[in-house]
Amino acid sequence: MAVSLRRIRADLSVFGRGYLRSRVGLFFSLIFPIILILMFGAIFSGNNSGPIPVYVQNNDASSPVFQVSGGFISALNSTKAMQITLVSPGVNITKYAIDHSASAGIVIPQGFGADFIDGNPVNVTVYGNPTSSTTGIVEGVTSAVVNSFNLHRVNGTAVLGISQQSVVSKSYKYIDYLVPGLIGFSVLTSPMFALVNISSQYKRDKVFKQLSLTPLTKTEWLLSKITWYVALTVVSFVLMSTIGVALLGANISYSLGIIPFLFLGPFLFVSLGMLVGTVSKSVESAAVVGNLVTFPMMFLSGTFFPVATMPMYLQTVAHALPLFYVIDGLNNVMLYGNYGGALIDLGVLAVLSVVVFVLAVRFFKWRED
Amino acid sequence: MSAIEVASLRKSYGALNAVDSISFSVAKGDVFSLLGPNGAGKTTTIEILEGLRERDGGDVKVLGLDPWKNGYEVHRSIGVIPQGFKFVDYATPREAVKYYAALFGVKADADAILRRVILEDSANVYFSKLSGGQKQKVGLALALVNDPELVFLDEPTTGLDPQARRAVWEVIRNLKSEGRSVLLTTHYLEEAEELSDTVAIMNHGRIITAGTPAEIIARHGSGERIRVRGDQKLADYLRKAIPSVPVDYHADSGEVTISVGRKEDSLFALEAIERSDLPWNDLSIARESLEDVFVKLIGGEGHGQAAVGAKHEVARAATEGA
Repeated sequence: MAVSLRRIRADLSVFGRGYLRSRVGLFFSLIFPIILILMFGAIFSGNNSGPIPVYVQNNDASSPVFQVSGGFISALNSTKAMQITLVSPGVNITKYAIDHSASAGIVIPQGFGADFIDGNPVNVTVYGNPTSSTTGIVEGVTSAVVNSFNLHRVNGTAVLGISQQSVVSKSYKYIDYLVPGLIGFSVLTSPMFALVNISSQYKRDKVFKQLSLTPLTKTEWLLSKITWYVALTVVSFVLMSTIGVALLGANISYSLGIIPFLFLGPFLFVSLGMLVGTVSKSVESAAVVGNLVTFPMMFLSGTFFPVATMPMYLQTVAHALPLFYVIDGLNNVMLYGNYGGALIDLGVLAVLSVVVFVLAVRFFKWRED
Repeated sequence: MSAIEVASLRKSYGALNAVDSISFSVAKGDVFSLLGPNGAGKTTTIEILEGLRERDGGDVKVLGLDPWKNGYEVHRSIGVIPQGFKFVDYATPREAVKYYAALFGVKADADAILRRVILEDSANVYFSKLSGGQKQKVGLALALVNDPELVFLDEPTTGLDPQARRAVWEVIRNLKSEGRSVLLTTHYLEEAEELSDTVAIMNHGRIITAGTPAEIIARHGSGERIRVRGDQKLADYLRKAIPSVPVDYHADSGEVTISVGRKEDSLFALEAIERSDLPWNDLSIARESLEDVFVKLIGGEGHGQAAVGAKHEVARAATEGA
């Protein structure tokens, strides 16, 4: 039976108006992702590599050669990796660090200066929480300073050095990943939650049965929902990328390559939501199955954190999640300019979309047998 | 050609024979009521006729077509309100009518249709904010959008207050006067008696009797019934005085009922009451109603049904009094 644009338009008008009037859907599809982008943007942007607070106890400050320990502390300070607070000798450093919610402390022992000059082995002690990543940084920085003091002691010169170079031609900030990630988040969540809910509710309330008595077809009904969520996704994209760029300083590039993802993403997740809702027995079980499908995707597909920062086995899992290809594609287009990669993502998405759409229409029961 | 022809229709769900070889036909322009207790097979039958369910066997023609195979064509000429009609929460009745008009590709005067179902005052209220009766009327309005020849109404008045019910009756009478055929299912027997040309009573998937309400009452009823307030002694006296007529005593209501088959029996009964010299009052003579016959046919199983009907009887008396 031929698909009728007139009927799709009629259905879209009733559905769209209902959507705008209920306001709940609108909040979750447009406002909520904006709250997320502002929140995560604020948490992780700006001074995300600020100096680590470290408490230093100098037990050698009153020795005749106090310049040595003083020099050591100012060398630590000049690394700019730490924000040093001096603690008076005699204080229990571990207790002090805990009381001040700090994760690291450095203790310079008595006789440090004299031993350094005389060439006697002497240790500074780094206190820290082995599970905290900042402790590792404190240890590394301290041992670098220790090495340079040792070198200085034997009048040596550093031969081996490193120069830093980023892997990609430009470096990316967290917010750069967050914009495509959260666009992917809204591409997933707003159609999935809505369609799971609508399809199971319409089934319970026999609205589908009612519609099956009109010339409207299942395909037309689904296409009308897809059209609505594509439009919503475009609006959401404009809002989020504008906020990301203007307010949070995201560095993303706009190109036509973005468009197919904004189309295929909602196409896929409207169909998937429909499929979940329609095969479930009740509204409640549909919600459970919907959450089971949605939540892993929501966190593991590179929405909040780039997939590359995840452990290897989770990266493998991510590749099995449909949303990964939306976000990876958007990253390829908006950040890396890697159109070859984007094309592969697009291919995977296109195949998935068609398969899920066909399954949704197939299992979606308009009438009973 | 009849509006509906059903011959040996069968449908089972597992071991349950929901519809067990039933046959009936609905003449064009008639109001046909399908009655029966819950689970009798009414909704299954109506959904098969609407093309929503596939039958297991038998022949079905709706407006001359097989509704399962030719659903698309059949749906263009029928109107349907399913049981417990629901629609999109945030759409108004006017939008709903326009939506249906666009789906059917017909020009429809939304205001005129809403006036016909007496809903013009709530034309712009969201569906979720309408009362139960108004929601049901939206269903009626949508059933009329495509100007149907045949309208299916599955329990259109269940749960409505007496005023709303009367309004729906008015709409059904108008449908008939416009020459449309109507297939109605209902729990309310006086509603069927009031509106229908033909009635079929279903139980356990079978039609146990069919005909005009008057025919059914004549066939299964025992004619007229005299009720009189009195005591056990009066009942005993009457049983001796008129042995050919059944007399019942209802201790709970303090009532004696006399079922009279022949006209002259009424006179004998009245004379016997007068001759008894026992106290009596509140005497009434009434024809048996469809409900009396229904209860008799369905028996104890239909008890819940009879209670609903009885409660409604009170409500109806109240509105008529007002």
